[in-house]
Amino acid sequence: MEYLVNYYDKLLGASAEHLQIVLVSMVLSLAAAMALTALCNVFPVISGWMLGFLSVIYSIPSLAMLAVLIPVTGLGSTTAVIVLVIYNQYLLLRNFLAGLDGVDQSIIEAAAGLGMSSWQILVKIKLPLSKRALIAGVRIALVSTVSIATIAASINAGGLGTILFDGLRTMNISKILWGSALSALLAIVLDWFLGSVENRMIKHEENSVQHFKRE
Amino acid sequence: MDHAIEFQNVTKTFRGAGYHAANCVSFVIDEGEFITILGSSGCGKTTLLKMVNRLYEPDSGKIMLFGADISSIDVVKVRRRIGYVIQQIGLFPHFTVGENIAVVPNLLKWEKEKTDARVEELMEMIGLKPEEYKNRYPVQLSGGQQQRVGLARALAADPKILLMDEPFGAIDSIARIKLQDELLALHQRMKKTILFVTHDIEEALKMGSRVMVMNEGKIVQFDTPERIIRHPRDEFVRSLVESAKEKEQFWERFK
Repeated sequence: MEYLVNYYDKLLGASAEHLQIVLVSMVLSLAAAMALTALCNVFPVISGWMLGFLSVIYSIPSLAMLAVLIPVTGLGSTTAVIVLVIYNQYLLLRNFLAGLDGVDQSIIEAAAGLGMSSWQILVKIKLPLSKRALIAGVRIALVSTVSIATIAASINAGGLGTILFDGLRTMNISKILWGSALSALLAIVLDWFLGSVENRMIKHEENSVQHFKRE
Repeated sequence: MDHAIEFQNVTKTFRGAGYHAANCVSFVIDEGEFITILGSSGCGKTTLLKMVNRLYEPDSGKIMLFGADISSIDVVKVRRRIGYVIQQIGLFPHFTVGENIAVVPNLLKWEKEKTDARVEELMEMIGLKPEEYKNRYPVQLSGGQQQRVGLARALAADPKILLMDEPFGAIDSIARIKLQDELLALHQRMKKTILFVTHDIEEALKMGSRVMVMNEGKIVQFDTPERIIRHPRDEFVRSLVESAKEKEQFWERFK
């Protein structure tokens, strides 16, 4: 506990770095995933290939991917962010596509029959009706990002991983504990934040929208 | 004079199926007719209906609406000119009743006043007071009410052709009879060309000015209800008529 008091600023700094990496990665991940999802919506054929390809990427250990990219983009947070964005694509795309496809097919059929284009169906029907599933996907990616970001410390990207790895190297229990505890805390807080956004959406829907399956 | 709907040798096979969903089908429907398409599951009636608004595309043959070959017109434009009502109703749960009905007018970029007036007019027509129901959500309506909204939504842009795929199949029988009668009354007033798919023989014979009986992708008989009952063309049609008569005998017992 003295560690906290003595190295307060170091822990805070590492947390801030970590948060920054996570936020930047998430924003870029979402942008990329949305583009990929839109692409899969316009050309449904490629979604199978895309997901297969991404799942292979996802199965590569993060340290290996970081190592591969270092010669290209160097050490530091840029490489870390790139790797995090790539990993998130599998999680996000899978969840986004599943969420969009989860909308009741008869609603989609009615929309198509009335004369909506695929794009209009995506924006006016699928997106609004799959909001909850989409947010759930983002939450999963967020927690995963916080966790993998700790590994980023190994390539000088900074963040709470630095504290953690330092501790592991020098067998400093305080550092290990604080490194792990703070990154867990960060994950919990961010997840809780998104959870409350999700809940506010549910409250808003409660009196108007409930699309349960009809018998 | 162009026919409202004309099929010329239309064939459609689904991948992997050993038979044709539509097997060289040809027919002509004139404006203002109320045609019911009758047949058991898998006979091709829904496939036929969905080829009219190009939810399915034929493998061969021509489909013409008011003389125009629909394969040469932008598919979205075709659909916006045709009303479509389905069994599962398919109202957009996140749109109010008014917004649901206004969907096609909004797609066609009508002026707001015109759209609002049309929504009010249609809601009166289907018997749901605008003041009360316009801002409600579908989940707050009964099945029968929802399908009325579905019907209003299909008619919003005043299409000349209305496609209905077993529209009352998911509605309880009391509400169904009411809806059937109201639809018949509406048809009398509006003179739209209606294609109505059903597997219910009595519904088909009651609603249609002509009935198209289908079996295994072919039209077996396309005639007035009377002629179908009195002069069934083959065994299949005869057995359909018989099965309806059997029901009557059931009720005879309780006289």
